[in-house]
Amino acid sequence: MDFKLTEEQQMLQDTVARLVRDSYGFEQREHFYRSEPGFSREFWQQLGELGLCGMPFSEAHGGFGGSGVDNMLIMTELGRGLCLEPYLQSQIHAGGLLQQLGSVEQLERLLPVLISGELQLAVALEERQSHYQLLDVQTRAERVDGGWELSGRKVVVIGGHSAGMLLVSARTRGEARDEQGISLFLVDPQAEGLSRKVYPTIDGPKACDLFLERVLVRDTDLLGEPGQALAALRYQQGRAIAAQCAEAIGSMQEACQLTLDYLKTRQQFGKPIGKFQALQHRMVDMRTELELATSMAILAACVADQADSLERSRRLAAAKFIVTRAARFIAEQAIQLHGGIGMTWEYNLAHHAKRLVMLSHQLGDDDHHLSAYAELLHSA
Amino acid sequence: MDINYSAEELAFRDQVREFLRAELPADIAERVRLGKHLSKNDHQRWQRILNTRGWYAANWPVEFGGTGWSVVHKHIFEEECAAFGAPRLISFGVNMVAPVIIKFGSAEQKAYYLPRILDGSDWWCQGYSEPGAGSDLSSLKTRGVREGDHYVVNGQKTWTTLGQHANKIFCLVRTDPQAQQQRGISFLLIDMATPGISVRPIITLDGEHEVNEVFFDNVRVPVANLVGEANQGWTCAKYLLSHERTGQAGIGISKAALAHLKQVAAREGRLDDPLLRAQIAEVEMQLMAIEVSTLRILAAAQAGGVPGAESSILKIKGSEIRQAISHLLRKVIGPCALPFLEDELDPAFAGAPLHADYAAGPASQYLNLRKLSIYGGSNEIQKNIIAKMILDL
Repeated sequence: MDFKLTEEQQMLQDTVARLVRDSYGFEQREHFYRSEPGFSREFWQQLGELGLCGMPFSEAHGGFGGSGVDNMLIMTELGRGLCLEPYLQSQIHAGGLLQQLGSVEQLERLLPVLISGELQLAVALEERQSHYQLLDVQTRAERVDGGWELSGRKVVVIGGHSAGMLLVSARTRGEARDEQGISLFLVDPQAEGLSRKVYPTIDGPKACDLFLERVLVRDTDLLGEPGQALAALRYQQGRAIAAQCAEAIGSMQEACQLTLDYLKTRQQFGKPIGKFQALQHRMVDMRTELELATSMAILAACVADQADSLERSRRLAAAKFIVTRAARFIAEQAIQLHGGIGMTWEYNLAHHAKRLVMLSHQLGDDDHHLSAYAELLHSA
Repeated sequence: MDINYSAEELAFRDQVREFLRAELPADIAERVRLGKHLSKNDHQRWQRILNTRGWYAANWPVEFGGTGWSVVHKHIFEEECAAFGAPRLISFGVNMVAPVIIKFGSAEQKAYYLPRILDGSDWWCQGYSEPGAGSDLSSLKTRGVREGDHYVVNGQKTWTTLGQHANKIFCLVRTDPQAQQQRGISFLLIDMATPGISVRPIITLDGEHEVNEVFFDNVRVPVANLVGEANQGWTCAKYLLSHERTGQAGIGISKAALAHLKQVAAREGRLDDPLLRAQIAEVEMQLMAIEVSTLRILAAAQAGGVPGAESSILKIKGSEIRQAISHLLRKVIGPCALPFLEDELDPAFAGAPLHADYAAGPASQYLNLRKLSIYGGSNEIQKNIIAKMILDL
């Protein structure tokens, strides 16, 4: 048992923390948010130059062979800065799928530019009716000469507007909720028949809906075996969950710190409001939830890259559940303890609160994972 | 980072399991599992078995007969004991007064009292709370007035757990009424057979006689029974409270209780109910978070850190989760949790249970476990401690 960081991990944490501190002040973030890509291309380029874009990839593929703990350290700092770049979606989630399912040719074609930061990927899995169920895929891929034709609609593809390549799940056979028959395709966003509706999400990053009408995808852009993608989708969602838990921890730490500072400075009735026991106990409750959530983010990071198993699934579902509940609790308490100022756009805390609540709308909310965990009780 | 035990720790765990499999009396384990009452004899039997193996005083230094175990070893031991259904140790002697004697006591006190705790000659109880001094412990009023070689003690202690079994009591008494609240308190070791002491039972809402009132009427206590210096008893009290708190997350007990809950739910055919399953799942996930938090604090302590106010977080969450599990167990049994069958809870009961053997205990136990968030510094006091020590508010 050891919860200490190695010297390299300590350096990694310092590097990312410094980068975020220097480039992601509140006003800078607001500027990035209002810019065309909705994030900072310069910051992304720095992530690439520092080797951080290559961290989650194996050394055999030219990456840095980072572990789940390395991903955790990066994501925590990006979460602290409320960074808008699609690092989780592109490098960890899509990158993981590519590395797990890609052929030698596909890896040689895409990984070098992904690792250098020149290419971003996005994952297009959710559909309007799917509500976090990876097997609920209605988008269809019909066999045609030399490839497949994809038709359907994908919703809320985070980073889909800036991605050079999209990973789209589609059904090559079977009914909407069959486990078999789901395939994963590399789709060029410029392909004929594909259109995108781009919008900002309520907590900052840009996303888009994809409309696919008989989009031709070549055989060379099918990832893995046809109809066999679900296991990889589930496994990589687990890695994405671990990363998102870490992101939430960074944001929760910041929200707790801002609230604690506020309690010590804001004066009412002739003293700092932090002197009132009702408010002290709320702050203690926030700190307690943060402590437990941190433990689960660490647990998630430690199991994220393990071989697939029931135990891994159980722990990752539990991590997402605990962190989601803690995030909402801390967001709501932080706003309440700040009073009106906590609800203003011009104050950083409000943006952390938004992010902390809306994280639950990605990769499954607390109910989704509670239900998943409860299902696994039978096999305990 | 590594969330797993080392090979050496796993080997130790195997050793503990082997011992428990061979030595833990089945009848005691059964009573613990079903939430029935334990007799004085049950406790003493188990304590003797542990002492024979040299594992009774897990927290003591080796030189006094302790184990010299690391904090991780102790955690593993407690978890395995709970999993096998061993009775929780009555901590007043071995884990409360003994560390104080070891830290602050005289050579004579160590030589006399420590072996008697190990071999079970003495059963200790705690004289802290008073009718007017609960969370505000240092406002206690029991007086000790020096007369020659004795303190003459007058006053009343309350909530004295298992005082009816005890032959010794350690007490906080006010020996300097002029001094500031926490300054004038002394830590005394008192023989319960001393003339002037009387014990009156308090029956709690579960019908059990677990706690007592203890009255002191001109009780003459030799000055040799003072631990540490006169009027410095609060230092001992604080030291003891920190010992009391660290073990209170009770991870092992909660895991065992959760396993029992799942078994009972399965036998009652309730695991197919998605609503109940979700509630059990929720508790299990929360317990997982508390367990990892405990391991993080243990690992820090192992590396030389001192567990500070973080243990208050564990006390709050650990007590809440145990209460939540006991609530679910009571619920799972449904209407058959209603009969109040005191004879079935009795350690000597050998008849056939009215309903299932697991049905009689849970409602009583749920009620009994309300104490968890009250004693050892109530959960609200723990929040005050966190606000002050961690948050600097």
